[in-house]
Amino acid sequence: MKEISSARVTEAVKGLAMEAAYALEPDILEALLAARDRERAPLAKNILELLLLNADIASRERIPICQDTGIGVVFVEAGQELRLGGNLEEAIQEGIRQGYDEGYLRKSVCAPLARVNTGTNTPAVVHYELVAGDRLTIRFLPKGCGSENMSGLAMLPPSAGRQGIIDFVVGRVVAAGPNPCPPVVVGVGIGGTFEKAAILAKKALLRQVGEKSADPDAAALEEEMLARINREGRGVQGMGGDTTALAVQVETFPTHIASLPVAVNIQCHAHRHKEIVL
Amino acid sequence: MSMLRSRPAFFEGLKEVRVPFAAGVLETLAAGDLVSLSGTFLTGRDQTHRRLCALLDEGRPLPVDFAGQLLYYVGPSPARPGQVIGAAGPTTSYRMDAYTPRLLELGLKATLGKGVRSPAVREAMQRSGAVYFATVGGAGALLSKCIRACELVAFADAGPEGLFRLEVENFPAVVINDLHGRDFYDEVAKGR
Repeated sequence: MKEISSARVTEAVKGLAMEAAYALEPDILEALLAARDRERAPLAKNILELLLLNADIASRERIPICQDTGIGVVFVEAGQELRLGGNLEEAIQEGIRQGYDEGYLRKSVCAPLARVNTGTNTPAVVHYELVAGDRLTIRFLPKGCGSENMSGLAMLPPSAGRQGIIDFVVGRVVAAGPNPCPPVVVGVGIGGTFEKAAILAKKALLRQVGEKSADPDAAALEEEMLARINREGRGVQGMGGDTTALAVQVETFPTHIASLPVAVNIQCHAHRHKEIVL
Repeated sequence: MSMLRSRPAFFEGLKEVRVPFAAGVLETLAAGDLVSLSGTFLTGRDQTHRRLCALLDEGRPLPVDFAGQLLYYVGPSPARPGQVIGAAGPTTSYRMDAYTPRLLELGLKATLGKGVRSPAVREAMQRSGAVYFATVGGAGALLSKCIRACELVAFADAGPEGLFRLEVENFPAVVINDLHGRDFYDEVAKGR
């Protein structure tokens, strides 16, 4: 039986935390490049150019892309045939602690009521899933809260249907205006229950930017919502132009006959995500 | 990386503005103007605002005089050894809305962040003759290059949420709310 030690998990998470903060992945960089080339509004085009320059400086000089290096969100897929040495949760949190400390990343996590900073950027929010096989996949999404705060969830009546979903999602993104640092990536979770829809919306952000849903109905919805959001014209940083959103990514799950939960998780253009398979 | 053509045109042809502001300068700014700010910024975000207002509630003196100043909403990431500051882009301004009118009453002349301000803050800015600028959110690495010095003024225990004094050069920003009651975001939303 394959065994993975705590130390190896900690080292992996530490690396993910640091690299995610400095270097955007090719999918989001390409989306920003394409948006710059397509953009017709001069100010929006210039700001997109500035964002690309920022990404370049950040990766070369190992300065965070954004000072909000986020609260850690970690999705773990653990193979059932795998043996994990030590405590997986502790190993992950230790990796976050070390990465944020050694990487000169901002510690932004605090007690929700007293508002006292924990000083370590822990705890990260960790989601676990058991899967077949003997691999451990760790996906890291440091979530800045300028965009997280603009997210929302609605328990729609099933009669609201497809149009109700579109109106809610588009309405959230447009109402958010400049606040979440557009151009944004929009994660949408449809179905399940209250908490399942929210997790689906976040998981949708883990897909490659612009990768269409494999479900044709969901893919059509993605396309229609993206077009409607961008037609509203809030644009880059809410300062106008063609690019309010870079992508809308939908994940679905069967739901109750009485229910239509819809969650929108908004992600800023500094869409940092990184994964490793052990 | 080959993706960059050149220095973004965003930096070209900006209106140069010194901070604190010379008499009559704020009157010349209009919503949508691109400006290049040089001089001194004070900084603060959630915790600093909460603590400043608590001091005012208790009738105690503030650690700095806000009259005539610009307040930048930022919580920088830690500086590496030898650097002035870490990434230092704007945070979302509406979280400061509950506190901003009280600071404007003390003579604060400008705030700098990103995102929409509340109607109450816009009215307070009109009353006190203050403007609101936005800079580019999520460009913290690049904006850190405009900061020449960073000195802690108060609230050391708040870490990145402390009150700092920054010396800046050619810091790019956009006028959102001007002295004439215009709001650039509103104008964009209405298609001008």
